[in-house]
Amino acid sequence: MMKRSTVAIFIVMFVFWVLLSACINPLKGHYDHIRIVVGMICAAIATSVSRDLLITGKEDMTLRKTLRLLLYIPWELWQIVLANFDVAYRVLHPKMPIDPRIIEFDTTLRSDFALTTLANSITLTPGTITIDVEPERGRFLVHAIASKAADALLVDQTMQKKVAHVYMEEGGGE
Amino acid sequence: MLGIGVTDIISIIFMAGGIFFMVTGAVGLIRLPDFYTRLHATGKCDTLGEVLLITGCMIFQGWSFVSVKLLFLIFFIFMANPVGTHAIMKAAYYTGLKPWKKGEERR
Amino acid sequence: MFEMVDVFLGVGIAIAFTILMCLYRAVRGPGVFNQVAAVNVIGTKVIVLLVAIGYIFERPMFVDIALLYAGLNFVGTLVMAKYLERGEICSA
Repeated sequence: MMKRSTVAIFIVMFVFWVLLSACINPLKGHYDHIRIVVGMICAAIATSVSRDLLITGKEDMTLRKTLRLLLYIPWELWQIVLANFDVAYRVLHPKMPIDPRIIEFDTTLRSDFALTTLANSITLTPGTITIDVEPERGRFLVHAIASKAADALLVDQTMQKKVAHVYMEEGGGE
Repeated sequence: MLGIGVTDIISIIFMAGGIFFMVTGAVGLIRLPDFYTRLHATGKCDTLGEVLLITGCMIFQGWSFVSVKLLFLIFFIFMANPVGTHAIMKAAYYTGLKPWKKGEERR
Repeated sequence: MFEMVDVFLGVGIAIAFTILMCLYRAVRGPGVFNQVAAVNVIGTKVIVLLVAIGYIFERPMFVDIALLYAGLNFVGTLVMAKYLERGEICSA
């Protein structure tokens, strides 16, 4: 029995192959049959190997989460640009206004994708890097370069709320 | 006049921004006082610098399969760079490397 | 009067310069973690350098090499970090 998720992974793998090997080119009307067959075989092998890794079977409402993630990404990109100007200012300033510290805080997030997204976002946004995550309690250990950057995570908690909203967990203002 | 078009100028602007952030990251790697703060410079500035540079290349390239590959490269850098930074930082933290506090000597 | 090849040449030289700056940290240390971090940074810079080289020599093939190198660099960094943390690579 073929599950829908298996077919989805196979299609993604095959599209990846087509884009990397350029074996189908509709603009020039060029179709390389041998490469298409080889790509299907390779995609089938890759699907059978990686199926258990990619689909854990607990996710639902994937489409809505993906749409919300797409809305989250532009905000995240803007935060990254701000973070870079912040770090550039601290690095190029003659006195280097840094005051590093290690902070800990709990979140309400539990699912793997939500924790990974939040950890990566913390690493890329102003003045903070994730050191460790405890998935059971949603506890984050974060190294902050200045007290102002630490307050953004400890007091405001804008980012936690946004990630919780994306993955529809508690605390997301539903 | 210059032998280049408008898209080329836009891509040059992107690439100049990328070079600026990459140089800043390298300066930070040399200048900051300890391991953890150095990772702040490299983990952020390098990621954005490289992404800006590759975006400039994409704009120069236009619509083609090479652009798609460059887009994959951008996605991969966005996924892989924070994870790598986090992995090294976690390893250093649990082996007992003490973070630098304000007022201490640089090391 | 200049062409886009000159721009990519300048970009390549600038990246090579930043790699030299990182090489100082990779050689001097202090401590193995600084060296690993610097080597990781050099690896990610080399990805962009490969793309620039591809444009200088007008061979789009270099983008594939850059993709492969990105994957190798990522896995290498993870393995190195895990080894330094636990003292072994494969723990059951």
